[in-house]
Amino acid sequence: MAEKTISITLRVWRQDGPQAEGRFASYHAKDIPADLSFLEMLDIVNAGLEKAGADPIAFEHDCREGICGSCGAVVNGHAHGPQRATTLCQLYMRHFNDGDVITIEPFRAKAFPLIKDLVVDRSAFDRIIQAGGYISVKTGTAPDAHAQLVPKPKAEQAMDAAACIGCGACVAACPNASASLFTAAKISQLCKLPQGDPERKRRVSAMIRQMDHEGFGSCSKHYECQAACPKEIKVANIATMNREFLRTLLPGE
Amino acid sequence: MLDGKIPSGPLAEKWTRHKFEMKLVSPANKPKFTVLVVGTGLAGASAAASLSELGYKVKVFCLQDSPRRAHSIAAQGGINAAKNYPNDGDSVHRLFYDTIKGGDFRAREANVHRLAEVSQNIIDHCVAQGVPFAREYSGYLENRSFGGAQVSRTFYARGQTGQQLLLGAYGALMKEVARKNVDLYPRREMLDLIVAEGRAAGIVCRNMISGALETHLGDAVVLATGGYGNVYFLSTNAMSSNVTASWRAYKRGALLANPCFTQIHPTCIPVHGPHQSKLTLMSESLRNDGRVWVPRKKGDSRAPHAIPDAERAYFLEERYPAFGNLVPRDVASRAAKRVCDDGLGIAGGNAVYLDFRDALARCGRAVIEERYGNLFQMYEQIVGANPYETPMMIFPAVHYAMGGLWVDYNLMSNLPGLYVLGEANFSDHGANRLGASALMQGLADGYFILPYTIGDFLAGSGKANVTPEDAPARDALRDTQARLDRLVGLRGKRTVDELHRELGLLLWEHCGMARNAAGLRQALQRIPELREEFWINVNVTGSQGTFNQVLERAGRVADFIDLAELMCLDALERNESCGAHFREEHQTGDNEALRDDEHCCHVAAWAYGGPGEAPVMEKEPLTFESVHLAQRSYK
Repeated sequence: MAEKTISITLRVWRQDGPQAEGRFASYHAKDIPADLSFLEMLDIVNAGLEKAGADPIAFEHDCREGICGSCGAVVNGHAHGPQRATTLCQLYMRHFNDGDVITIEPFRAKAFPLIKDLVVDRSAFDRIIQAGGYISVKTGTAPDAHAQLVPKPKAEQAMDAAACIGCGACVAACPNASASLFTAAKISQLCKLPQGDPERKRRVSAMIRQMDHEGFGSCSKHYECQAACPKEIKVANIATMNREFLRTLLPGE
Repeated sequence: MLDGKIPSGPLAEKWTRHKFEMKLVSPANKPKFTVLVVGTGLAGASAAASLSELGYKVKVFCLQDSPRRAHSIAAQGGINAAKNYPNDGDSVHRLFYDTIKGGDFRAREANVHRLAEVSQNIIDHCVAQGVPFAREYSGYLENRSFGGAQVSRTFYARGQTGQQLLLGAYGALMKEVARKNVDLYPRREMLDLIVAEGRAAGIVCRNMISGALETHLGDAVVLATGGYGNVYFLSTNAMSSNVTASWRAYKRGALLANPCFTQIHPTCIPVHGPHQSKLTLMSESLRNDGRVWVPRKKGDSRAPHAIPDAERAYFLEERYPAFGNLVPRDVASRAAKRVCDDGLGIAGGNAVYLDFRDALARCGRAVIEERYGNLFQMYEQIVGANPYETPMMIFPAVHYAMGGLWVDYNLMSNLPGLYVLGEANFSDHGANRLGASALMQGLADGYFILPYTIGDFLAGSGKANVTPEDAPARDALRDTQARLDRLVGLRGKRTVDELHRELGLLLWEHCGMARNAAGLRQALQRIPELREEFWINVNVTGSQGTFNQVLERAGRVADFIDLAELMCLDALERNESCGAHFREEHQTGDNEALRDDEHCCHVAAWAYGGPGEAPVMEKEPLTFESVHLAQRSYK
C-alpha cells in the first residue's frame, strides 16, 4: 500500500530577535507522509532550508510526547492547532488536506517576549510559581505518607489540575492574554489537598499579585483557555482561585 | 584497582553508620560554599533544593527554558518504594534483592541496598509536597505492579508520575529561588568542566539565547544531566537529551562506566518511517493488564480480533509462567525481537500486539480508562487507532542508559568535587534497570544521599578558591571557544540530523538488542569514518552569537559519535551476556543471557586516553556479600 502523502504551503512568522521586524514567509512542503507529526513536517522543511544554507525556522520542542510543555505555536489561529486536547507535537499531518495553506505564528502576549521566530520567553510562569506555587516542606521533615489521608475524589481533582504542562497555550488563546488558567490550576491543586492548607491564603494572594505584575491580562470569561488547553484543564479552577482569593478578604479569616 | 569506597560493616547498617561517620559542615559555614548543579530533572532539582535548604549557596543550570521541562517529566508509570502497604511480603531487603537481580548482578550491592532503604522517605516527602498519587476510596495510597517484581510496590499518579514528581521537586527549587538562595540559569548548555589541581571547580556554559560563553565557579559541581540514549538517534528520550556534559567531564579525566549498558524498552510505538524523529514509550504499567502476543502462524493477515485464542502465541506468558507479562525489560524486549526475527511479527514486520481485550472484559472500560486513559489517548493520537477496540502494536526501543559517569559510594566521581546523580551516573541498575526504579534513584540521590555526602567532602577539602583568571578556567573557556569556532566554520553538504541518523542506525544494528564481536568490530571501523565525515562535510548554519539550534545539535552529535565508539569498545571487551548487554556468543541453551562471573564480575570504567589515543579501562571488582550470584530465572 502506497503511503498517503500531502503537499502543503506554510506561512511562517519569521523574526530574528525581539527588536527585529517580523514577517510571514512562505514555504512549500511537498509529499509529506500523513503519518508524520506536525513537528516532523517542520523538520523536513528545516532540513531543506539547512541544505540551501538558509536559516531554519526556530521552534521549541523537546519530549515530543505532549508532556514537557516546550512546544507550541498558533496554527491557523488555534494555539497548538485545531485538534482538541493536543499539543503541537502530538498533532499529526493526517488531520490536514492536500493543498492546504497553514499559517504558523508564535504564542503572542506582552508577558511572553519573542526570542526568535516561534520561540518566546515564558519565564514569567516560573516567577508565578516562585511566588507560592508549592508546599514549603523541607527535605527530611515529612511524616509517614499515610499519616494524613486524602479522599480519593479530592486526590483526583488535584490531579486534574496538576496535569498542567505550563505550555502557555491558555495565554496565547486568551483575548486578554491572561494567565488565570495556569495560575489557578496550581492554586486549585494545592488547596484541594490537606497538605496545602497552612499556606493557602498566602499562596493565592502572592501568586495573583505576581501574575498581575508580569503583565498578563485579567480573566473576562471567554473560556478560550479551556478550549486551547492540551490537558483539558477546566475553567472551574479559575472560579476556585477567585473563591480562594475572596476568602483572604473576609474579616476574621 | 578502582575503589568504590564502600563503608565497612553489615550491608543493612552501612548507610546508617556512614552517615554518622561523615564530617559535617556547621550551619554557619554552609553559606560560604557554592555548589553548581547542572540539570534540573528529578535528581538535579531535588539536590539543588535540598542543598539550598541546608544553607549552601546553589547555582542551577538547565538547557530548557524552564527547569520544569527536564526529561524526568516524561516518565509515566510510577516509582518503587518498599513501603509494603499492600501487606504482600515486600521489604527493604526484597526491593534490594529484586533490583540487584533485575540488574543481572552487575550493580554495587551497598548502593542498591541504600537505595531500597531511602525509598520509603521519598514517598513520604513527595506526599507532603502535594504530589497527587493515586488513592483508594479509603484515602490510602494505591499501588500497582511493575516488571521484575512479584509484589505491588509501585506508587503512581495516573500515567504522569514523572511529571508530578518533577513538579514537586521543581516547586521545592522555585521556593529556594524565591528565597534568593538559588540562582537559576535556564537556557544554558554546559560545554566544559573546569578542573583545578585535580578538583572540579566550575563549568563553562553557553547562553543559548545570546550565544555568549560564561564561566561559573564553585566548590563542587553536581552533574545531573540525564542519559545518552539519543546516541541511537531514535529513542524515547527528549530531543535535547544528550551526553555532552558527561562527555566533557570524561575528557577532563572523569571515568565513564559500563557505557554499553543501554536499556531497550519493550513497549514502544513501532517505527513508522524514515522521517521519524523520536519514539514514544507506552508505559510498562500497561503490562499489568495488557497481554503480549503474536499470531502462531507466519503470515496470518487476519485482523487481531478474528484470530482465536488457540492461534495466538502469548509468548511471555508461555515462556515465563511465574512472571508472565511482567518479566524485566531486557527479557521482554529480547523475546519480542526473537518472535519478530522468526517472522511472526505483525504483518511480518517489527511489531507485536499488546492486547487489553481480556482486561476490558474483566474490569470494564471505566476502570481501564482511569488506570491508563492518557496513555490510550496518546497512542490513538500517534497511531490513529483506538486501543479500546483494537490491540496496541508495540516494539522495543532505546530508553535508558544504565551506564554513565563512574561514582563511588558517595556519588563522587574519581575527580574530587565532581558529583554525578540520577541517570547520568552508573551506579544502581547494573546491566538492566527495573521499571519504576529510575524515579526512585533520581530522587534518592538528590533528596537523601548527596545532601549528606557532599558535606563530608566540603568539610574535609574546604573552598576551591579558583578565579576566572586562573589558568584552568581560562583554558576551559579557550578550548570551548575553539571548538565552537570549528563547528560554526563547517559548511559541508550534509545536515547534522542526517549524520546523526546514520550513526544511530549503525549503533542499533551492531550495539543494540543483540551484539557480537564481528559486528562490533565492523562498527568500530565505521565510526571513525563517520567522525571524519562529520568534521568535513556537515553543514552548520548561522553563527555562535545567536539563538542557533543547528549549532546546539551539531555539538551534541559530535560528542555522540565519540561516545558510540566507546560503547562499542566496551561491548566488545565485555565477553559475556548480562542484562541488556546480550552478546550472541554467550547464551544458554534456551537463549537466555549467560554471564561469566569468573571473568566479568566488574564495573568497566573508561579513562580518556588523550587526543588520538585509545581509552584505558580500569576495573572495579564487584563483590557480593549478601546475595548469591544465580542464573536469573523468571520462569
